[in-house]
Amino acid sequence: MKVTFWGTRGSIATPGAETTRYGGDTSCVSVEGRDPAHLLVLDAGSGIRRLGLVLEPAVTRIDLMLTHLHLDHIVGLGFFAPLFRPGLTITIWGPPATTPLVDRLGRYLSPPLFPVRLRDLPSSYELREAPAGPFAVGPFTINAEAVIHPDPAVGYRVAEDGQSLAYLPDHEPALGPDFPSDPAWTSGAGVAEGADLLIHDAQYTADEYAERVGWGHSSVDDAVAFADLVGARRLALFHHDPSRSDVEVDALLDHAKVARRGGDVVAAREGSPISI
Amino acid sequence: MRTHAAPVGAPIELILIRHLASRLAVPVFVVDRAGDLVFFNEPAEAVLGRRFEEIRSMPFDDWTTAFLPADVDRARAVEDLPLVVALRGRVPVHRTLDIQAGDGTRRTIEATAFPLIATGGEMVGAVAMFWEIGER
Repeated sequence: MKVTFWGTRGSIATPGAETTRYGGDTSCVSVEGRDPAHLLVLDAGSGIRRLGLVLEPAVTRIDLMLTHLHLDHIVGLGFFAPLFRPGLTITIWGPPATTPLVDRLGRYLSPPLFPVRLRDLPSSYELREAPAGPFAVGPFTINAEAVIHPDPAVGYRVAEDGQSLAYLPDHEPALGPDFPSDPAWTSGAGVAEGADLLIHDAQYTADEYAERVGWGHSSVDDAVAFADLVGARRLALFHHDPSRSDVEVDALLDHAKVARRGGDVVAAREGSPISI
Repeated sequence: MRTHAAPVGAPIELILIRHLASRLAVPVFVVDRAGDLVFFNEPAEAVLGRRFEEIRSMPFDDWTTAFLPADVDRARAVEDLPLVVALRGRVPVHRTLDIQAGDGTRRTIEATAFPLIATGGEMVGAVAMFWEIGER
């Protein structure tokens, strides 16, 4: 699998000189597997716009996995060029909720927030709620698991040929009981256990988190503790706080490297691919 | 290498309700969708006369045997348990019932149980909040 970051920022896009290295676009990650005609995309933050512009012509099917519907994870959807291209087959997956996905997503993709309605998109698209238990998407096996974050939200595990990626961009496992102690009682452990690459929320410093408990995000320290608890081989710090400069992300990465006990750690950087 | 998620993690609704229960002063008892005990909090320990840390989890048959008085019609008493009604009927329910505490005393409690049904519609467990109204 080839994993490419198109947006690594949390909450709101932050273009500017101070975010050029790690990037200022919000959450979007592409995953290429063994089938060149298929592309898996995780979340539709502002980063998905650039992905749409450079999409390989060989790609005929896209599965877009939305972890949740907060604006920073769907804001790029209306600017994803493949959605306006007839002939492409696109399935948009989202977390189950009491309101159908089409109605929830339609709140954004309709006037007055957006000029084009969801139903008017020319591509062949389908909306589906991520089911419980493993399901096949192209060459991948996917698991979706509800995780601690305000409003319906899931984390995804993507596996192919014995390799695995866990994607938990917005996640507050520390809100569970006695974190970090027992994986069985830790949010997200089911999708992250033993992952070759864990992309995890690391929005705050420990001091910042103390003032934002319950907001649905993690400190860098908790991201490291979670990665160690579930035995993830490599951790990618993700969902960088919008106030964080590249230099500050560097410092958090250095801190995480010291704290990590059982594996590697990197900071997710736009345009920088990771092979699993 | 694991290629798919195994049930290593409890459903998020159970994790959150356990976290909430651990911070409440009212006794709370939580079972999973199979009816197996997964948690009771400190105030519940005082009523049940058992410490959760000594029990941890407990299968359905074991906890219903442990906490129901020995002289009742067990099959009927189990069917009437608020947690059982909530799980099987997917409805909230309120009952007055007798239990047997860990010290052997018989206690009368009132219990309100409700099912935990996730946003996708799946049953993930049930919760009982209860309080003691007497000792026999």
